[in-house]
Amino acid sequence: MKNYRTKIISNQEISPGYFRMKILAPGFGENAHAGQFIMFRVQRSLPPLLRRPFGIFRTGFLPADCDGLPPKEFVEIVYKVVGSGTSIMAELHEGDKVELLGPLGNGFDCTSRKGEKILVGGGIGLVPLYMLAGELVDNGCKVRLLMGGRTRDDILAVTEFERLGVETYISTDDGSLGEAGLVTQVLERKLQKYPETEVFTCGPMPMLAAVHDICVKYKTPLQVSLEESMACGVGACLGCVVKGAGHTEEKPSYLCSCKVGPVFKSQYLDWSAIGKTDKDCGGCA
Amino acid sequence: MSELKKDIVRRPDMSVEIAGIKLRNPVMPASGTFGYGEEYTPFIDMEKIGAIVTKGLSLKPKAGNPTPRIAETVSGMLNAIGLQNVGIDAFIQHKMPFLRTVNTPVIANFFGNTLEEYGEVAKRLNDIPEIAAGELNISCPNVKQGGIVFGTDPKAASEVVALVRKNLQKPLIVKLTPNVTDITVVARAVEEAGADAIACINTLTGMSVDVNTRKPRIANMTGGLSGPAIRPVAVRMVHQVVQTVSVPVIGIGGIVKAMDALEFLIVGAKAVQVGTANFVDPTAMISIIEGIEEFLVAEGIDDIHDLIGSLKF
Ligand SMILES: Cc1cc2nc3c(=O)[nH]c(=O)nc-3n(C[C@H](O)[C@H](O)[C@H](O)COP(=O)(O)OP(=O)(O)OC[C@H]3O[C@@H](n4cnc5c(N)ncnc54)[C@H](O)[C@@H]3O)c2cc1C
Ligand SMILES: Cc1cc2nc3c(=O)[nH]c(=O)nc-3n(C[C@H](O)[C@H](O)[C@H](O)COP(=O)(O)O)c2cc1C
Ligand code: FES
Repeated sequence: MKNYRTKIISNQEISPGYFRMKILAPGFGENAHAGQFIMFRVQRSLPPLLRRPFGIFRTGFLPADCDGLPPKEFVEIVYKVVGSGTSIMAELHEGDKVELLGPLGNGFDCTSRKGEKILVGGGIGLVPLYMLAGELVDNGCKVRLLMGGRTRDDILAVTEFERLGVETYISTDDGSLGEAGLVTQVLERKLQKYPETEVFTCGPMPMLAAVHDICVKYKTPLQVSLEESMACGVGACLGCVVKGAGHTEEKPSYLCSCKVGPVFKSQYLDWSAIGKTDKDCGGCA
Repeated sequence: MSELKKDIVRRPDMSVEIAGIKLRNPVMPASGTFGYGEEYTPFIDMEKIGAIVTKGLSLKPKAGNPTPRIAETVSGMLNAIGLQNVGIDAFIQHKMPFLRTVNTPVIANFFGNTLEEYGEVAKRLNDIPEIAAGELNISCPNVKQGGIVFGTDPKAASEVVALVRKNLQKPLIVKLTPNVTDITVVARAVEEAGADAIACINTLTGMSVDVNTRKPRIANMTGGLSGPAIRPVAVRMVHQVVQTVSVPVIGIGGIVKAMDALEFLIVGAKAVQVGTANFVDPTAMISIIEGIEEFLVAEGIDDIHDLIGSLKF
């Protein structure tokens, strides 16, 4: 992990309120794994004070141009405009100077090769799943993506998943794209059909809780990527913790979601509170 | 090299002494914002900063408060971490091996839930030769005395400092809370009870509400406010304390860049701690050190002591 003082290569709106930002980051990809994230400094001046966490969508190299220099390496994020920080980000342009820390945290464990892999993404939760799909496909796995959103505007980058060879299923709350209803209904059907499956998910907390319940019912291993508020992103402030399995008032267990996570095997978490508060998950669809 | 050139490249003396510890420069992290040091090794050279200050340590490991624990506010943040830490034993076993490898003084911030616990942790610090000093945090609730905060009652503050002073065979820095009417009263009390230096300030109690849910934005309801938002309050309090005590004062509160640190030095702080800014920019302390040095050069000051306390009324 490194602190990059770098610049933006491109920043484009891809769907109403959703942006893709490519940032120059030499050497970033070597150490980056699916599910890891960056802490992005929105602007040099304050406010906003704190950096904002964003999942890594992908890393890659720009095609070499005719200047004879080596190809430039980038990291790409996809973000939704929800508040002050992301609003400022939406105004940034090619060439603007930015700072980012990364890659941070522990990503998905995709070492288990057997069976089917089902990825469940809600809105902006698809971000870390794209890199994951790439790693799983490279491992020779059969990968299916179940994508959910409120409307068709929340369904992003589907063709890119398809280009990797991933089978995609779409559902929207209002039926404006794909099947009408919740992505979790699709998950239940798929688990009935393909019982030997491992599930990976990222999205709004209530969706994660529903996916967890279904995976418990079908005894399916599940890895979840959580989104907690973060200040440092490196394990120093202890602001981002989540309750670990077996947490009690008498024997509390708090896990740092920036350092131990943001991806957790679901059995290591205490699910009693996840998705059950009315905390607005602004970062998600 | 000509005499003139030599003059130009001569670097000002940035070293200071706090409670008998020699620091290569007056900039160090504030407790709780730098983990146990190791978290920031990928980003900065530990041997460039004046000291390392650990997360607050207690006798037993402490789990901390429920979540959400942090919320951003206007130029600041609220936190109610609840002093989560690994406890002194795990600190010795797992965190000291790294700290031992660094050629920079280590200051252990510590606290207790009871008077006895404060004394006990102080004793345990004696067993760690590489710890240069203890920084006593007296702004957490005293459970035994019905929730009074040690740091807000001059009598209780003086009692805990005296006890720790007796038990700790190392320099003692006492860190004050700003949540009092008159900080000079507490400062005087802890100086008389044996503090070798005073660090101020800790966070200001604050609250923030999510208007949509109408709930407090952190689970603990209230939290500690830190960051640039508190700097003017901190500068005022450091100024007051410097005027009151004769032991060295470490200035803390909202320092983000060199100019901020200079304010504290000018009002008389002999060193500064950088807290929330580490989250904003993990290399902040390095820029601050370089910026102070540049300022001294530009002002033609050879020794940082000529800047410290140079406030003009
Ligand atoms: C590990 C991790 C990875 C993330 N990856 C992405 C990503 O790939 N794309 C993306 O668009 N967003 C992602 N997020 C969420 C993103 O960090 C927040 O949307 C962003 O910080 C909001 O900043 P803001 O200043 O615009 O909003 P603020 O003004 O700070 O807040 C506006 C609203 O957003 C909510 N919000 C703020 N922070 C978060 C958060 N961390 N999680 C959920 N809701 C939040 C607030 O509660 C509030 O309702 C991720 C978060 C984490 C922790
Ligand atoms: C997340 C966080 C955790 C903290 N933990 C401690 C602690 O364990 N002990 C302590 O004495 N102060 C603690 N503090 C207070 C800081 O050391 C410092 O006094 C305060 O943040 C003001 O400085 P700043 O504005 O530069 O952050 C903490 C502050 C923050 C933001
Ligand atoms: S965000 Fe600071 S410890 Fe995780």
